Amino acid sequence: MATVICTPRLREVGPATARSYPGDNLLELLDALAVDYPRLRGYLLDDQGRLRRHVAIFVGGQMVPRDQALTWPVSAGDEVYLMQALSGG
Amino acid sequence: MSDRLLLGTRKGLFDLQRKQGKWAIANHAFKGEPVSSMWQGQVQDQGQDQGQGHWLVALNLGHFGTKLHRSNDEGQSWQEVAVPAFPQADVSTGEEQDGPSLEMIWSLQADRRGRLWAGTLPGGLFVSDDWGDSWQLNESLWQQPSRSQWFGGGYDAPGIHSICIDPRNPDWLTVAISCGGVWQSRDGGGSWQVTTQGMWAEYMPPEQRDNPTIQDPHRLVQCAGQPDCFWVQHHNGIFKSEDNCASWQEVKAQPSSFGFAVAVHPQQPQRAWFVPAIKDEFRYPVNNEFVVTRTDDGGQQFKALRNGLPDQPSYDLVYRHALAIDTRGEQLAMASTTGNLWLSDNDGDDWQLVSSFLPPAVAVQFVE
Repeated sequence: MATVICTPRLREVGPATARSYPGDNLLELLDALAVDYPRLRGYLLDDQGRLRRHVAIFVGGQMVPRDQALTWPVSAGDEVYLMQALSGG
Repeated sequence: MSDRLLLGTRKGLFDLQRKQGKWAIANHAFKGEPVSSMWQGQVQDQGQDQGQGHWLVALNLGHFGTKLHRSNDEGQSWQEVAVPAFPQADVSTGEEQDGPSLEMIWSLQADRRGRLWAGTLPGGLFVSDDWGDSWQLNESLWQQPSRSQWFGGGYDAPGIHSICIDPRNPDWLTVAISCGGVWQSRDGGGSWQVTTQGMWAEYMPPEQRDNPTIQDPHRLVQCAGQPDCFWVQHHNGIFKSEDNCASWQEVKAQPSSFGFAVAVHPQQPQRAWFVPAIKDEFRYPVNNEFVVTRTDDGGQQFKALRNGLPDQPSYDLVYRHALAIDTRGEQLAMASTTGNLWLSDNDGDDWQLVSSFLPPAVAVQFVE
């Protein structure tokens, strides 16, 4: 189980406080999140299931490379931050 | 006259109301979030939903994509509903890297039966029969072979910004695309024909000037009372049609035929309003003198209207959906990228400044 922490703007469509979810990689983690928060996926991923250009995800304090984001491994105890990238304005 | 106006801006939706003769902001929704399109109205045909009012507002969140919100109580409460989605690209061919994704809802229009249409970037037209709870891509337009020639105008991708639903038959549709021409359907979107005969593109090489599918109509409007009559503010001129878009005639206006917005009187097709600017790389008023132009005779002559408009150098630009006329033809509303909002109740001869401290404006619409 990894702990998911959302940027404030996402707390109305995702967990308002830090919560733990299962998953061996970020895609599995997002799928688990979608059970409780079905709207969240559309805020993070586009129509083709790609990470939105101005969304940044951090695992264990490091920003995940965009082109590998969804397959990025997640380990038990990791903190996963779902953030808005400053590039988005 | 309407005493209520919706204003979509870079920083949310404003609900303005006139009380005791004075316009004021009654409500500000979606604070800080960019509105890209909006629609309000009600189902007119008989049925269990007759008279049911709906407001829809599309947001273009900088980080988290396009969102659509619906209100059934005139903006007192809002519910986020589904947005149009493009089909999944074929993973087996590696197309998913380039597969389309919704970038913006640029136009919303519902017919009298309650069928809702959405025009989007990158050029998809979608329909919803449940007020946005679900959407279907109009495959017939999306699969047009000439779509590969469409290109962005003001944005990276082509976009559908104008959807005209014929008052005689809701299955007669006319849409305009920047840059992809004007398209018509007579069967509710089952098939489409491009209808730009007479338009030309100054911004293309000579061989492409008359190509229908690269025309850049900035905005298309249809006269409700005489629906064979249309006006287009095009990238390089003003065009009108009196034969249901079978042909277009160019007309010339001073101080400029360039602009984005156009409004047509709902009963008098010869009467239309425009907001001129210097074209292409400038996009602000000619000589910094902000005016509205009006023709009363189908474009033979234009009158520059300036009473109540800035009397000092202006950089105001009025976007495609930010000039509106009410359904009776009694009131005009206009809002600019500089955050000015004006109203006129005498055909634009005089304008009343409501506020000059609003966010950059995207769209205005009277609540009627």
